Amino acid sequence: MADDGETARRTPLMILAWAWVVLPFAYGVYELFLKLTTLFAG
Amino acid sequence: MHLAIGQAYAWSVFKPPLESALHLSGTGSALPFQLGIVMLGLSAAFGGPLVERNGPRWAMFVSMICFSSGFLISALGVATRQYWLVVLGYGFVGGIGLGIGYISPVSTLMKWFPDRPGMATGIAIMGFGGGALIASPWSTQMLGTFGTGTGGIATTFLVHGLVYAVFMSVGVLLVRVPPDGWLPRGWVPAKAAARALVTTANVSARNAIRTPQFWCLWVVLCFNVTAGIGILEKAAPMIRDFFANTATPVSVSAAAGFVALLSLANMTGRIVWSSTSDLIGRKNMYRVYLGVGALLYLTIALAGSSHNFVFILCAIGILSFYGGGFATAPAYLKDLFGTYQVGAIHGRLLTAWSTAGVLGPLIINAIADSQKAAGRTGPALYTTSLYIMIGLLVVGFLANELIRPVNPRFHEPQVAEMGQQDTLITRQGGS
Repeated sequence: MADDGETARRTPLMILAWAWVVLPFAYGVYELFLKLTTLFAG
Repeated sequence: MHLAIGQAYAWSVFKPPLESALHLSGTGSALPFQLGIVMLGLSAAFGGPLVERNGPRWAMFVSMICFSSGFLISALGVATRQYWLVVLGYGFVGGIGLGIGYISPVSTLMKWFPDRPGMATGIAIMGFGGGALIASPWSTQMLGTFGTGTGGIATTFLVHGLVYAVFMSVGVLLVRVPPDGWLPRGWVPAKAAARALVTTANVSARNAIRTPQFWCLWVVLCFNVTAGIGILEKAAPMIRDFFANTATPVSVSAAAGFVALLSLANMTGRIVWSSTSDLIGRKNMYRVYLGVGALLYLTIALAGSSHNFVFILCAIGILSFYGGGFATAPAYLKDLFGTYQVGAIHGRLLTAWSTAGVLGPLIINAIADSQKAAGRTGPALYTTSLYIMIGLLVVGFLANELIRPVNPRFHEPQVAEMGQQDTLITRQGGS
């Protein structure tokens, strides 16, 4: 039970931590794919 | 942490505006980046023992202060038109942040994931490759907003310093070292050590550099990086030169797409190949990087300008091996020297990167310039460089073959080790 409580308490922190990394990274990957299309288009 | 400091690979975004605003040459505007990479190697080498002693949170805090201060000092330098302040700020102070930040998560991650050290460090070091993906478009958009005069560049640097300080602070606050003796549930170190070259013993950083294994791995990393960085640094002009005299010349925007493709290969190679090394072993993985890498270079040299698809595929392979080589190195060190001071040993190994950072571009650029002066065009500009890279990769391959388990006389005393093993067993499965 103590483990369940600990896990529940840490869930928002884990979401924040992953979002902190994934969101800017997704922006970078999106910009990369915009550039990539130029290689095959022209 | 690595997503932030990976910004270093996007320095080229600032070069044209700095050159026009402060009347600098191309060589002059490259100085902050070059000094930054040199300081990365030096601070990682000399700061490694401090990182081991004071822990990852201290190291990440120091990295955050240095990296952000580097931008703030640079902002002051551009605003007052004192370019030396930009070199000092971004290159020297920021470079210390790069080196300390680069090694700070390595040993912590391997302690959390002793069963899959290649994957763990691969994820972190992939972040360094991904950092430029974020910084490059972001910095470009900011320069577009604030302008490319001294005021605009200074404001851009100022915003970078503040945003990176906030971004990195979250890493500083979140990082945790596992409790002594922590092991993943059901994982037995003795079984893992049954594989060739994997040790459960520990070697100090001071002793590690006295072993031939360290220097063989130094040569392996140096030549693998030299081969990759040669293409990476000159990717856009290289693909345009290669196919300039063909029916399908490559446009400027297509060359930019090629550079983006290589960034993706560099980044994905870090996680894919380092995770693969957990399955096939570190030595076999480096056999692939160096052996197949040499064959890919040979294919480019022999195919010339006949097939641009072959050129692109081979370059993707080479750059994925370049990234993989970086990401697999910490796990190789852990296999050979244990986790005791692996961060410090990794820091010392990164001097190979500083050397390769000078060697690779020097070979490619010097030979291309001399061939151009001799009136040559197309693939002939690069053929000699390609064969030199093949030679370096073969030397690296042989150095990898020479790597054997470390002589036990370099191991830390067995008594401490046995005590640690007892603790490991009692704490197994704990979290």
